[in-house]
Amino acid sequence: MSESVEKVKAPSEPLFSKKNKKLITDPLSDNNPITIQVLGICSALAITVQVEQAFFMSASVLFVLIFGNLSISLLRNLIPSRVRIIVQLVVVASLVIIVNEVLQAFVPDVSEKLSVFVGLIITNCIIMGRFEAFAMGNKPWPSVLDAVGNAVGYAWILLVVAIFREVLGSGKFWGMEILPQGFYEMGYMNNNLMILPPMALIVVGIIIWIQRSKNPTLVEEH
Amino acid sequence: MKALEKIIHNLDPKFEKGGKWEKMYPLYETLSTFLFTPKHVTKKGAHIRDGVDLKRTMFMVVLALIPCLLFGIYNTGHWHYEIQSYVNPALEGYRDYLTGFGDKVIYGLIKVLPLVIVSYAAGLAVEFVFGFIKGHGLHEGFLVSGMLIPLTMPADVPLWMVAIATIFAVVIGKEVFGGTGMNILNVALTARAFLYFAYPTAMSGDKVWKSGTDDMLVQAGNVMPDGASGATALGDLASFVGDSPVVAGKVMSSSDDLVAAFESAYDPIHAFIGMIPGSVGETSTLAALLGGAILIFTGVASWRIILSFFAGGMLFGLLMNGVGANAYMDLPGYYHLIIGGFAFGAVFMATDPVTAAQTSWGKIWYGLLGGALTVLIRVLNPAYPEGIMLAILFMNVMAPLIDHYVVQTNIKRRQKRFKTA
Repeated sequence: MSESVEKVKAPSEPLFSKKNKKLITDPLSDNNPITIQVLGICSALAITVQVEQAFFMSASVLFVLIFGNLSISLLRNLIPSRVRIIVQLVVVASLVIIVNEVLQAFVPDVSEKLSVFVGLIITNCIIMGRFEAFAMGNKPWPSVLDAVGNAVGYAWILLVVAIFREVLGSGKFWGMEILPQGFYEMGYMNNNLMILPPMALIVVGIIIWIQRSKNPTLVEEH
Repeated sequence: MKALEKIIHNLDPKFEKGGKWEKMYPLYETLSTFLFTPKHVTKKGAHIRDGVDLKRTMFMVVLALIPCLLFGIYNTGHWHYEIQSYVNPALEGYRDYLTGFGDKVIYGLIKVLPLVIVSYAAGLAVEFVFGFIKGHGLHEGFLVSGMLIPLTMPADVPLWMVAIATIFAVVIGKEVFGGTGMNILNVALTARAFLYFAYPTAMSGDKVWKSGTDDMLVQAGNVMPDGASGATALGDLASFVGDSPVVAGKVMSSSDDLVAAFESAYDPIHAFIGMIPGSVGETSTLAALLGGAILIFTGVASWRIILSFFAGGMLFGLLMNGVGANAYMDLPGYYHLIIGGFAFGAVFMATDPVTAAQTSWGKIWYGLLGGALTVLIRVLNPAYPEGIMLAILFMNVMAPLIDHYVVQTNIKRRQKRFKTA
């Protein structure tokens, strides 16, 4: 991270060079924070019962991660490495407080449902992981791209899991009944297991399964 | 027979690699090994202890399940007519267990056979799909699971639920781990647990155990008629833990002698034979023991597990008598072994060779703890009237740990002997 390294670097790299594009596309599939790195699982299990919650959770993580990565990247040369975790915590905690206040002000009912999980974004492994692994060693612009990639990678898994759980578990999408009443009259019943946390784990597991059978290079050697 | 075998084996080359019907090999392999013992011969070193292969072992278990199936069919028919008799006076004679034998058998067949067919069709379809993808024949494991699944269901469960549960259990319970022989959890119990948590109203409560209770309630104006009850013995017992204990449809006050009332409502001999409402194949301890005898005699199931499972349940039941914190705990220990699915689970589920403990001492611990856990869940948690499903699934997960400690103890004992010598 010494400054001499930065001076050597070519000054004019296009904003969306191949390398930078990879920062966004990689975490979406082959290096997905949830399905490959298995980080942030706790919130993926807890708030995917309804699509609405999952959406606001994803949006919050997107916000915190972008501005967190940006701040850490700007501060990276000022942070003494011995206290870097504390500094990172302060940054993420301040951002989470902002998110929490905004949610409480504009979507109070969602904020109530998400309850403690907004606060727990502070301990979301993806965020600390990106600070530590990327923002501490890269310039601001790539850090922002990396944040967008990882947050969106997290978000799409969350939303897919939430869609399955809400539609099959309570017959709704974003709180609206979408299954025709005739279904229930024919004897269809909502799957109660979908609402319980184990099913989130199983749905994530199925996504991982599909992903790995599409791309066998992801499978570990035994 | 010889001629058929010759014709089939003459087809061999067409299905092998490079043959005309190479893609259909899994189908061919399944059918040919189902009809005839495969002609593979061990080439390097002899490892064969017995000429029986997996298909025939599994078939032995299916054979041992026949008594439970037959009894379950009749029992389903009986309880249907029993509950109907409360709104249809013409059927009152049918409350006697053996009256109307033919009618009860026919009703039972109509209810139970579709369950068996759906379970086999769904499970075998999944197995075939995975067989084709992975390029092997049909795995034999499902022959047993396919029979166990319908026997653990209430007779009135909708068929689509059976299909979904079977597909879930085979895919998530077995195929993701690598197929037959690799699963951690018992497949049939995974199917049941799936339904139990996914559709609790179809799998528990007091409206599902006697086939046709819903129809009867509609005719009776949505009130249980006097004297009728849709609960199982275990359901009654679970109510002992709560505020309003019920025995066979009669609400009791907590000052009554609940255990005595229960004993007079559910005669131990009747419970042992299986003349009580419950899931299709689980009620008869007698039929389960008959199946158990076949399994032990043929060496398919481990007598250690069966015996220690019963011992564990009995001992823990006696221990609970000593504690006696609620009326359920005062129930004589032997009752736990003859009501609900205790015997069925101990004989057919706990002994599943893939998911049970493998070492001899491990099997004994596995059985003892499983039996004790079943009784523990029953007497302490009224939300789960039947403890055996969760107890066996839990012990399935614990089995490798038990084996690990048995092996470690053995190693330590021998090291000690080696040092002193």
